[in-house]
Amino acid sequence: MKAVKFVSITLITFVLIAGLAIPLSSNPQGWLEFPNIPGLEQKARNILYHVPIAWTTVVAFLVGTFYGFRYLKTKNIDDDIKSVSAAGLGFMFCFLATITGAIWAKFNWGSFWNWDPRETSIFILLLIYGAYFALRSALETEEKRAALSAVYSIIAGITVPFFIFVMPRIMSGLHPGAKGDPDGSGPVVQLKMSPNMLVIFLLGLLGFTLFFIWLFNIRVRLARLEYKRSVHHS
Amino acid sequence: MTPVSLTVDGVAKEFNRRSIFRDVSFSLRSGESLAVTGRNGSGKSTLVKIICGLLSPTRGSLAYVVDGKPIEVDALKDHIGLVSPYLQMYDEFTGLENLEVLSRIRADHDITAALIADALRNVGLWDRRNDFVRTYSSGMKQRLKYAFAMLHRPEVLILDEPTSNLDAEGIVMVERCVKEQSSRGMLIVATNDSDEATWCSQRVVLGGERK
Amino acid sequence: MSVSSTFALVRKDVHSEFRTRYALNALVMFVVVAVATILFALRSDQPTSSVLAGLYWVVVFFTAMSGLSRTFVSEEERGTTMTLQLVAMPSTVYFAKLIFNTVLTFSLTIAVTILYMTVFSDTFVIQSMSTFLVTVILGSLGFASASTIIAAIVAKANTRATLYPVLSFPILVVLLMTVMSATTKALDGEPFEGAVGDFQILAGYILAMTAGSYLLFEYVWKD
Repeated sequence: MKAVKFVSITLITFVLIAGLAIPLSSNPQGWLEFPNIPGLEQKARNILYHVPIAWTTVVAFLVGTFYGFRYLKTKNIDDDIKSVSAAGLGFMFCFLATITGAIWAKFNWGSFWNWDPRETSIFILLLIYGAYFALRSALETEEKRAALSAVYSIIAGITVPFFIFVMPRIMSGLHPGAKGDPDGSGPVVQLKMSPNMLVIFLLGLLGFTLFFIWLFNIRVRLARLEYKRSVHHS
Repeated sequence: MTPVSLTVDGVAKEFNRRSIFRDVSFSLRSGESLAVTGRNGSGKSTLVKIICGLLSPTRGSLAYVVDGKPIEVDALKDHIGLVSPYLQMYDEFTGLENLEVLSRIRADHDITAALIADALRNVGLWDRRNDFVRTYSSGMKQRLKYAFAMLHRPEVLILDEPTSNLDAEGIVMVERCVKEQSSRGMLIVATNDSDEATWCSQRVVLGGERK
Repeated sequence: MSVSSTFALVRKDVHSEFRTRYALNALVMFVVVAVATILFALRSDQPTSSVLAGLYWVVVFFTAMSGLSRTFVSEEERGTTMTLQLVAMPSTVYFAKLIFNTVLTFSLTIAVTILYMTVFSDTFVIQSMSTFLVTVILGSLGFASASTIIAAIVAKANTRATLYPVLSFPILVVLLMTVMSATTKALDGEPFEGAVGDFQILAGYILAMTAGSYLLFEYVWKD
């Protein structure tokens, strides 16, 4: 786990610095220049941060729901501990994704919030997390709390494919890659980025994912210790 | 009489990491009876719920065998009858309607109007059958629970605090039901009362854990 | 056997509702108050079809939120959950409550439709009745299929009244958006084919929600 910790911190620091420092040019030469995507220019740097964070929140949600599902099968409280730890991290990353997204929106399209499908999706995810924690705090028995929140996260999980994939198809949106975008499905999906940008992007993706794994590990260990301590006292 | 047997093995229940009871084991067959005794809070009603399939045990197992075939407790709706202080009837319906509706939900097509009438007469509620349950006294509600529990002639009859709220006449009715049950199947009685415990041949005592 | 069992339970719920009128009273009052409020807010303004479609489903949503959880909460509050658990299989209970909620929501949409046609007689004109009808039917099914299991969850928790809308809204957003889009098309008189995409999404949503809820229900219902 020490390796994960160091690698993730190194990667994220590298990505942060490289992402901000490497200059743009309309005719990129070699590895130390990014292409200047018309329309996006400096704002393209956001791809390197916002997208990995959004990606991590989805990963966290999937991990949380997976362990919730396992709890229903095994009734082992350790699975619930993992589920809740992942959900807490997911909430945090979701919040960060919303904020980085809003900042980009302000610079790119002029206002912080526009209700385009992707923005709406991340907002709904935030609501789901909020509802999940509200539900947990309203349940007293440990067993009920674990089982019911697992069921809720699975039900919420079922709606996720609907609002992430279906809605951009119905509604035109501002995000690159939405229905109205003349460039097609956007720089991320089509990997229109230049190789050096792509490398940094993928490193960022890896860095944030490892970061999540490390934090998840810490939270689970902490939660287990707290659990043992409370059993000891009752 | 359909032969039914129940084997309870190492059943334990915990809530919020507090143990209610540990390691309860017994086995029972048609014609036999078991008293579950213990102080208040020892988990008698909890054990009753587990036996009826209303609650899952934290550890251990429960095995019912009906007519030689093992059956999951969830599939035993037609074979189990329960009287319990936690059981409620629907107040907005009459005594008669409660029995009719609940039988229909149970999808027990053998329950005829005549059988329902008999059940009501047996518990002494025939005169009040068309009154709403919210107008019943607690003793009458208890009698209705007996009608509900015995209506489908269950092979497994479970009585949790059998005589609560009942007058002397009511207690006689209960003793009659207990006697009937021995020719029909098995009986489990959960009680604090030592007299009631003597109705049964076997006994399980719960509780060492005082929380 | 379980079909007759399911319908017996639905009949019991309907019968009970007619006797006590708990849910019906609250819903009727809520709809009237909501529509009155909207009327005062709009005064003489003529809203566009998409605004009207939105307002329509807003009223349906909030009214549903004040009423649909009753099917489970009332059993829990009166202590009859155990009684039901003794006589019915979990799947029977789920489908019975689902059917009841669908009928309730559908009646609600009819009521709101009639009210809107009366109160906003100039602007709420349904030009494409077939689209509207299919939307309302699918919408009711969608509402019920998602809300029923949430109602079952909330019945086991503490702060029920406020928790129910909080849990339901994120799950229902997709449904709301799709149904509003289809209703706008119905009001505008767009051809039926235009709304088929919306209907496909609704149908998919209903299937996914019902299947998921059915499979997970037992974990909520049985302790």
